[in-house]
Amino acid sequence: MTAILFYVMAALAVASALVVIAQRNPIYSAFGLIVTICSLSAIFGLLGSPFIAALQVVVYAGAIMVLFLFVLMMLGVKPEDRPSGGMLKAVAVALVLALGLQMGAVLVGAARPPVAGFDASTRSVARVLFSAPYLYVFEATSILILAALVGSIVLARREP
Amino acid sequence: MNMTPVQQELAITVVKVLVFFGALLTLFSVMTWAERRLLAFMQFRLGPNRTGPIGILQPMADGIKLFFKEEVIPAGANKWVFVAAPALAVVTAFLTIAVVPYGGTVTLPRLSFLPAWLQGREVLLQIADLDVGILFIFAISSLGVYGIVMAGWSSNNKYTLLGGLRSAAQMFSYELALGLSWVGVIMLAGSFRIQDIVAAQDGKYGLVHWNFIRQILGFLVYLVAATAEVNRTPFDLPEAETELVAGFHTEYSSMRFALLQMAEYVNMITVAAVGTSLFFGGWLSPVPALQTVFGYNLGFFWFVAKMLSALFFFIWLRGTVPRLRYDQLMAFGWKVLVPLATLNILLTAAFVLFWPALMAEWRQ
Repeated sequence: MTAILFYVMAALAVASALVVIAQRNPIYSAFGLIVTICSLSAIFGLLGSPFIAALQVVVYAGAIMVLFLFVLMMLGVKPEDRPSGGMLKAVAVALVLALGLQMGAVLVGAARPPVAGFDASTRSVARVLFSAPYLYVFEATSILILAALVGSIVLARREP
Repeated sequence: MNMTPVQQELAITVVKVLVFFGALLTLFSVMTWAERRLLAFMQFRLGPNRTGPIGILQPMADGIKLFFKEEVIPAGANKWVFVAAPALAVVTAFLTIAVVPYGGTVTLPRLSFLPAWLQGREVLLQIADLDVGILFIFAISSLGVYGIVMAGWSSNNKYTLLGGLRSAAQMFSYELALGLSWVGVIMLAGSFRIQDIVAAQDGKYGLVHWNFIRQILGFLVYLVAATAEVNRTPFDLPEAETELVAGFHTEYSSMRFALLQMAEYVNMITVAAVGTSLFFGGWLSPVPALQTVFGYNLGFFWFVAKMLSALFFFIWLRGTVPRLRYDQLMAFGWKVLVPLATLNILLTAAFVLFWPALMAEWRQ
């Protein structure tokens, strides 16, 4: 049952990810990305990590993609033309190869069984995140995001 | 018929889903009638009172009428998105309510026609008792905005587009305050599970332990943010008829229009149910002595009573206050509600940290 659900969700994620890059219309790409995020969230849920699953939808599908879609609709973008030029294609092929190699390396490395007794509940995630080594990284990231936020407001705001 | 425990659980869940789905649909149709009727009384009119006794069959008549209307898809519309939008809106609206507890556990009576495994079985009056229940609500309701945005965009009409964008901006801004207003409640209960949050509001003095007293600031923020989240007056800017015809659903007709309406009402019911669970003690009785009467747990009754009062409040609000201006709405959301919610989090955190004894006292 879980395996069937996993494969359905994984197939959905891959298919919608293909839609994201194959579609000419940026709006459809955005919809594709939303479906990818939601199916990834379902996979996280199946893997026994409901907290990450919920965050995936709340943050990415619920907040970031809404803003993307907002901008796309506001600006009324036209479907894009196919970019031409052999140089671009060569770069694309090289990048795909590099990505394929990296994924292969990750998959081979991940062949070991998961750590036993690992508990991915909200409480344990929070305990790890807010204790010694990760706390500083976490706080540094928060400050970075805050700085980006303030910076974008300063840049976007023109004094009359 | 022999069933494995998993199949038994599955069968119970399917029955629960069907029953709650039916109840929700019924409540939705009654709400459309009750809203018109109550608003009419508030405005010294009569409202729909012709179809059936006191007009109670009006929703049926409306439904039949909508079924037989022509479905129009505008020539310039993006067909697929136009068709998908109402469906998405309805699905997200209905999904949210799956994690709301309608009552505690009930023990099924030992009736002869029931199969053996159902005799005296304890059933939880909730479809899914998720560990991250409250985050689930937040996640799904944040997806709800897509239905509206897609509807507004795909109609290829400037009024619907503006309505959809307004709605997206509004839901997005108030979602933040909505989420922050829950944090205090979560801290007091120490859990994301809604059953735990309800249980944390139990106490020997009943009503006094509920979160709308302990979390008064959080509750007020929730009240405003939730009203904005479901696009109700005074925050119904997305469908401000004087400026935008009917907002994002201008181009919709027939059953698709009905679906969008249904999504709106079901969202309102959800917000009322969630507010009841988080701030009004869910299925707890206001007086502990009335929780169990003659051996029957009245949890379901209390839950429904509270939820209906909340729904009445929404209708009352619509009959009372005028609509805000758009810039007022945005300024209020970001400059008043979010800081207030943050203040509430700070206060609650300090309280939980420094007065654990008082917390224990309140938990009794």
